[in-house]
Formats: sequence, structure tokens, C-alpha cells
Amino acid sequence: MNPVNYLYLAALLFTIGATGVLIRRNAIVLFMCIELMLNACNLAFVTFSRMHGNLDGQIIAFFTMVVAAAEVVVGLAIIVSLFRSRHSASVDDASLMKL
Amino acid sequence: MTPLATPAAPLTDGLTLAAYSTSTGEAVQFWILGTVAVIGALCTVFMRRAVHSALSLAGTMIVLAVFYLANGAYFLGIVQIVVYTGAIMMLFLFVVMLVGVTAADSLKETIKGQRWLALLCGLGFGVLLLAGIGNASLTQFDGLSEANAPGNVQGLAALIFTKYVFAFEITGALLITAAVGAMVLTHRERTERALTQREMSERRVREGKHLPPLPAPGVYARHNAVDIAGLLPDGTPSELTVNPTLRERGQVRDVSREALGDLKALEQRSEERLERTRSGEGTQ
Repeated sequence: MNPVNYLYLAALLFTIGATGVLIRRNAIVLFMCIELMLNACNLAFVTFSRMHGNLDGQIIAFFTMVVAAAEVVVGLAIIVSLFRSRHSASVDDASLMKL
Repeated sequence: MTPLATPAAPLTDGLTLAAYSTSTGEAVQFWILGTVAVIGALCTVFMRRAVHSALSLAGTMIVLAVFYLANGAYFLGIVQIVVYTGAIMMLFLFVVMLVGVTAADSLKETIKGQRWLALLCGLGFGVLLLAGIGNASLTQFDGLSEANAPGNVQGLAALIFTKYVFAFEITGALLITAAVGAMVLTHRERTERALTQREMSERRVREGKHLPPLPAPGVYARHNAVDIAGLLPDGTPSELTVNPTLRERGQVRDVSREALGDLKALEQRSEERLERTRSGEGTQ
């Protein structure tokens, strides 16, 4: 098997995640789709690291994981505080700044 | 777990550059687990309940961890399982529980035709991405056996603490900021002192509205679940019996109609039984 197949899989997962962000409106599911996209990128990084024979790709994937963890913490805190004030987790309901 | 697959032996005839391929075991693993990963991703997007989405995503992440291990990223594979599926996905589940498990997406579209347009955009994006990868000349394949020679973790550590040490420090600052930010966002300052139990009971007596404890749910009906309102003597459900949180979420089940039907069924059954015993006595 050609290791490029891993890249195709990563592209497919990224596309599914992006489509999910466009389709869904529950904020938590949106976040999960973003996580899916980040993971797809990580898979591509790890595959490239293997194809080029050095570990830099894995380092980038590692940093992506750290940033994803920080992002999830803040994002979920925002969702919780939004839910407290609006009693809904739908992104359509957060329309206070709409004219 | 397949060990790090070594690239096939370089072709000696030098006819082709495509001298890279992985072992058959890894190919089998890729096609089986890759299918699982794609199905998990699709379930994440298309499941209506957030809990099901979270569980599908956890499955996809575990499959990705296996792929990391197969690609020679041993440290990342373990971190993926421990941090991603172990911590982040469980955080998601906690928030789903806080926000309400039944908070399913409404199917009402705010922008007309947005769903189909989004699917079309996704399809086009995917085609572009896959075509881009297909056209790229990815002929280099070195494998990690050389880079991983002193050990994967040792190799990563050497890079993190020399070449990427600044990024690593920044990451520490980012994590601290995120932790403080989460605390600030979810913290609510108490502006007044909380009432003590004595004060609350005194207030109840003063108002004279509801002195005894609130009635328990469901005991007057034939159910005793907490989300079923107890029935008043005239058969109407009483709002007081159900937890205000459930009431606000609209999760109160009304069984006042069912109760009458159940009662009728019970009566019919007991009548039948009586008939049977009577006829049994008759034959004896």
C-alpha cells in the first residue's frame, strides 16, 4: 500500500469535518467537527513526517494537540456560559449583535 | 499493533521511483480501520444527538491513534489516546450532560437551502483537496527507522528542547491563559449572601403559601419517575411536583391520559382473570 493513502484519508476526514461545521448548528457538535478537522491535519503531519524521515511533522502534530486542548477548554467554557444566559446550545440563538 | 513498517527493499534495477510501499499487514489494517474512521466521522456529523456524535468521534480518534502508531509516531499515538479520547472527549461528554442530553438540533432551516448548499460546498472542497493530493508528486519515502533509531520519545524530546524550545515555552503560556480564561468565563460572582435554611423556612411561614415540603412526583399516578408530574385528585398533572429544571427544559412527561387507559386495561385484565377462575371452578 502506498502511504499516500493516509493523506487521502486525512483529506476525507477534513472534508467531513468542514461539511459538518457548515451543516450543524448545535455548538457542541460544531466543536466536535473542528476537533475532527484538527485530527485529520495531525494524521497528515504524521504521515509526512514518515515520508520525509524526520520528526518535525510529529512535533507540529504535538503542538496542534496542545493548542486543540486549550481551544476546547475555552470553547466549552463559552458554550456553558452561553447556555446559562440563553438556555440553548444552538449557534443560531446567539444573535445579539445582529442588526 | 503492526510495528513500524519498513519500506520495501529499494529496487535494484532503478527503473522506477515508486520504490515505496508498506507491508501487507499495514495495508489490511489501513483499509479496515480507515473505513471505521470514515464511518465514525460521518456519524459525528449526521447523528442527531450530541452524545452519539461524541462517542462516534471518540471511536474515530482511537482509530487515528492506531494509525499514528503504525506510522511510527509512538509517543503521539499514546498521547492521542490518553489526552484526546481520555480527557478532551470526556470533557465534551461532561458539557453535553451540563447542557442537556436531549438538546437535539432543530431541523428548521434558518437560511433556505443552506443544508444542500453546504453539502455541495463540502463535496467540491473534498474533490479539490483529493485532486490536489493526487497531482502532487509525493515520491519521497524515507521511513522513520533512521529518525526513530534512538527511540521516538528521545528524538521528539531532542527536537522540542532545542529547535522548538521557544514554541514550547509559548505553549505553556497558552495553556495557563486557557485555564484562567475558562475559570473567568464560567465563574459567577455572588453579589448577595445566600439565604440560610432558617431564613428560608421563616420566609415560607411569613408568606404562608406553601408550608410543607413540595409534593413528590408521580406518586398519585401509577408511575414514580421524577419527570412525571403527580396527578391531582381531578386527574390533572400538578406543576409543583416536578423539578423546576426539568420543567424549564420541557422534559415533563404527562401520563394523565395514559393513566386512564392503563386503568381500563387493568380492569379488563382482572375481569378476564375472574372469568377464567370462575370457569375453572365450573369445570372442576
